[in-house]
Amino acid sequence: MATTLTQAADGVGAATHAARIEHVSKSFPGPAGRQLVLDDITLDVAPGEFVTLLGASGCGKSTLLNLVAGLDRPTAGAISTDGRPALMFQEHALFPWLTAGKNIELALKLRGVPKSERRGRAEELLELVRLKGAHGKRVHELSGGMRQRVALARALAQESKLLLMDEPFAALDAITRDVLHDELTRIWRETRLSVLFVTHNVREAVRLAERVVLLSSRPGRIAREWTVGIPHPRRIEDTAVAELSVAITEELRGEIRRHGQH
Amino acid sequence: MASTETTSKDKEGGDLAGLEAGLDALETVQTGRTPLRQTLLEKVLPPVVAVALVLAGWQGLVSFKIVDDPTKLPSPGAVWQVLREAWLQGELLGYIWTSVSRGLLGFFFALLIGTPLGLLVARVKVVRAAIGPILSGLQSLPSVAWVPPAVIWLGLNNSMMYAVILLGAVPSIANGLVSGVSQVPPLFLRAGRTLGATGLKGTWHIVLPAALPGYVAGLKQGWAFSWRSLMAAEIIASFPDLGIGLGQLLENGRNASDMAMVFEAILLILTVGIAIDLLIFSPLERWVLRSRGLLVKG
Repeated sequence: MATTLTQAADGVGAATHAARIEHVSKSFPGPAGRQLVLDDITLDVAPGEFVTLLGASGCGKSTLLNLVAGLDRPTAGAISTDGRPALMFQEHALFPWLTAGKNIELALKLRGVPKSERRGRAEELLELVRLKGAHGKRVHELSGGMRQRVALARALAQESKLLLMDEPFAALDAITRDVLHDELTRIWRETRLSVLFVTHNVREAVRLAERVVLLSSRPGRIAREWTVGIPHPRRIEDTAVAELSVAITEELRGEIRRHGQH
Repeated sequence: MASTETTSKDKEGGDLAGLEAGLDALETVQTGRTPLRQTLLEKVLPPVVAVALVLAGWQGLVSFKIVDDPTKLPSPGAVWQVLREAWLQGELLGYIWTSVSRGLLGFFFALLIGTPLGLLVARVKVVRAAIGPILSGLQSLPSVAWVPPAVIWLGLNNSMMYAVILLGAVPSIANGLVSGVSQVPPLFLRAGRTLGATGLKGTWHIVLPAALPGYVAGLKQGWAFSWRSLMAAEIIASFPDLGIGLGQLLENGRNASDMAMVFEAILLILTVGIAIDLLIFSPLERWVLRSRGLLVKG
């Protein structure tokens, strides 16, 4: 039951992985004794790789992301990441007492960026998410899509090698979500970040990822993996995206059906 | 081949930027400030009319001899006369300043004590368990109750007044901060932790700013309690050497059976309490809420 959480040191040589999850299990105390949420998960995210974790409710995908983010500790197994990962939530989680730009500057400040550089860096990041001129905007003055883009810019401000995303677009309308998929793909390809993206939306998973990992539910186990070879730019309505989505959906439905058979 | 790829990529990027700009424009809510005329009409006029009606009713009671005893109910004109005289003799501002300076200074001390106390109660579990309930219980204790012990401990002097103000205001301020902190959404704390705001950094950058609306509400209530406690102290412990504040003015009016003076004092106490709230605390609260988009119009 030894638990180790190590963070690989930056610097000498390129790391071989952005995140390494080895035999990780997690259980929580529940009404009927300890409830196993994650069971023996082993998963590597390579530098620059985009991986989506796909699963129905109760597969523990958000729990796994919390563990990788270091917000919680695994019951068993080990997780190592290349530096501290950045995390984006389903809700934008921007601080309403700060402007859009100051939210980004706070991330820079907490990382130790000197005051003189913060403003310029924040402007650059806002430009990267195509929100030039939004520095002084209050959070409530922005639309849902704009908020998530500011949240993305704030996450990027951490200059982590790994970006964790917990259903970040689930609360957006379809058109905005589609646009943000394009944005995320563009930014991922420009920055060569590693991304671990959690979702229950099969099309979203296929559209974005290089690798889709399907988790089973209660407890969460890795059920299957697909490598997505469809070239970018992808569209949600592409035939190749649709075909793979159908195959994965079948598998996901099978996983869900198993729970109704008792 | 390479050139076509670049053009198609550029086109792709251009389309996306245009699409995004369109979405942003469509979904952004335009918020502006209410025009001054509308504010005057909707916010200022109704209370003015209400006050005018009360004054008219009061004048009516006197004019139609429904209450025909100036020692019970003086006319608005008589009270105005007393106010005018006090103003002409240069005493009016003196009464007000004696009380307001005491009240604000006492409130300032209460702020200095209540803020760290509230933070301690909010952040340290043992402290919270130990004195949290006492602190909220103290809020329901009328601060007049503290006047007799304060007089016995400290004598009839300004320290006694300040002590009573502190005992009235500190629990409100501390409690405001405690409830502000406990209402901080856990999501902010998690977001802060992933950004590296842990420990004191987390308290300073995340918890305190997030708790500000609750804290300001506590300040507002703290002022109301300060002012009430001070008036109680001034009425009960009036002593010539302490100078005449509004509480003493009220007590002097009662001793002289001068109902106009009593009304003058009550009006001044009410006016000052409302004025400080309108000039300091309400704008502060509105500013905090508006900047977070929490002020709902309508």
